[in-house]
Amino acid sequence: MAAVVYEQLEITPRRRAWRRLMRRGGAMFGLTVVAFFIAVALLAPWLSPDDPLATSWSAVRAAPTAAHPFGADELGRDVLSRVIWGTRASLLAGVVSVSISLALGVPIGMLAGYLGRWVDAVISRITDAMLACPFLILAIALAAFLGPSLSNAMIAIGISATPIFIRLTRAQVLSAKAEDYVEAARALGNPHWRIALRHIFPNIVPPLIVQATLAIAAAVIAEASLSFLGLGQQPPAPSWGSMLNTARNYVDQAPWMAIWPGVSIFLLVLSFNLLGDGLRDALDPRHK
Amino acid sequence: MLNYLLQRLAMLVPTLFFVSILIFGLQQLLPGDPAIALAGEDRDPNVVAFLRAKFHLDEPLPMRYWYWLSGVLHGDLGDSVRIQKPVTELILEKLPVTLQLAAMAIVIALVIGITAGVISAVKKDTGWDYAANVFALWGLSTPNFWLGILLILLFAVQLGWLPASGYVSPFEDLRANLAAMIMPAFVLGNAFAAVLMRHTRSAMLQVLSSDYVRTARAKGLDERVVVLKHALRNALIPVITLGALGLGELLGGAVLTEQVFTIPGFGKLIVDAVFNRDYSVVQGVVLFTATVYIMLNLLADLAYYLVNPRMRH
Repeated sequence: MAAVVYEQLEITPRRRAWRRLMRRGGAMFGLTVVAFFIAVALLAPWLSPDDPLATSWSAVRAAPTAAHPFGADELGRDVLSRVIWGTRASLLAGVVSVSISLALGVPIGMLAGYLGRWVDAVISRITDAMLACPFLILAIALAAFLGPSLSNAMIAIGISATPIFIRLTRAQVLSAKAEDYVEAARALGNPHWRIALRHIFPNIVPPLIVQATLAIAAAVIAEASLSFLGLGQQPPAPSWGSMLNTARNYVDQAPWMAIWPGVSIFLLVLSFNLLGDGLRDALDPRHK
Repeated sequence: MLNYLLQRLAMLVPTLFFVSILIFGLQQLLPGDPAIALAGEDRDPNVVAFLRAKFHLDEPLPMRYWYWLSGVLHGDLGDSVRIQKPVTELILEKLPVTLQLAAMAIVIALVIGITAGVISAVKKDTGWDYAANVFALWGLSTPNFWLGILLILLFAVQLGWLPASGYVSPFEDLRANLAAMIMPAFVLGNAFAAVLMRHTRSAMLQVLSSDYVRTARAKGLDERVVVLKHALRNALIPVITLGALGLGELLGGAVLTEQVFTIPGFGKLIVDAVFNRDYSVVQGVVLFTATVYIMLNLLADLAYYLVNPRMRH
């Protein structure tokens, strides 16, 4: 019955949020750019004019020309092709590491918030301890001990960002637990797991979506940072961060090597930030 | 006050305990025998045997943790395998460089961030506000190592005004020191300025709509006095605490900034240690950073408590 009424009025909460999101220029810009980068990552083999790994001694540090629109790097590799293929590493790192944080942080945060007492006390102190280590330094340390590779960088970033999700989930569960509908579900004799999964969880999803979007932006920067330090994607595979690392050494001879990988990181991170800000306004009208 | 301080200190104990477990636990992530990993590429059997005895690797994990922890509590963070120096000594040697960088960055961030935040709140929904928000978004989305490279390209390569990298001690040549540090400090302060701008803006907006500001205005006070004396003073209270939380990001950013500008500080120490597989240095730096961060937050909380009388009840 309720569903029928909603359909007639066409104001399901999801639709309302989507409409609010559509009205925000910044969020729409972000969404478009993110979609563009996803398309570039998927179509990399067809879009890239050259093999991103093919070296050419005749094109070493060649300035931008028709053959190499973004120029060539210190080994004569086409910068445009490497930027295109580098999209994969950045997007993958953003999405996979945030998925790791969600997969770890949400269940642990729900346990802390729902069970309370000593479980909450222990989880909260561990979360405090993790938050005491600055995000990037913790990620560097984890990547150092795990060994340098793109997948280890994603694990390191994912683990370092987990405490944020534990805290958020815990706080949301605590406030949802006090709501009447949870009280009602408990009074009806629902088992704990059912209350937690069916009644509480759906209500804490919106803030998690917002935080996850903003966390992808942070994870993209973190992956680029680790790759810049040599702890992420390993050469010769292309990644924006490691391209900037080599570009740093040739900044006086081949400045074009430093421009496009940086512009790409900036645009992708900016877009996820704009999308996250827009989603926050769309999903939580109380927050201004 | 004393009660509050004791309460806060008591909460630190479990946090520091878990921090120590976390950092000790990093060692367990090393694939295979830690003694072999720590011995470096030569895998000299003598070194391996020495390390195994030194780190008590044949004993159970809780015992090893206990040996490590009692060392740490005595200020012994272990020795650098590569440089043959105590880690504590290395950290104290590099610390002043990073402190100078961080202090300059914080000053730059405070000046830019708070000014932009105040202007955007006072001129809400105007071009000024819009520009300040764009600046904040730019600051939050630009990787600082890229900004560093761009500034080197402009000020060192193109204009030739500033050195591209390197470090000179301020006691040797203050001018050269400042010339070498101004770009890295700006790069590091940029993102922090963006965070401070956002906090200042929202705190100012809240304060500007409060009753006592309306009263001050109704008394006919000059708008400048209302904004700077009545509003900003109160708005800065939450900015202190939130700003202290942002210091962690600043320490992380220092690692990248020092790498871009080849500044021999704390961040360079951890990166070099990572590549030299000098694991006790990595652990030492993380432990030290976490402790400093926890202490700074404690100080910020105390400052908040001192300036905000409402907290005392």
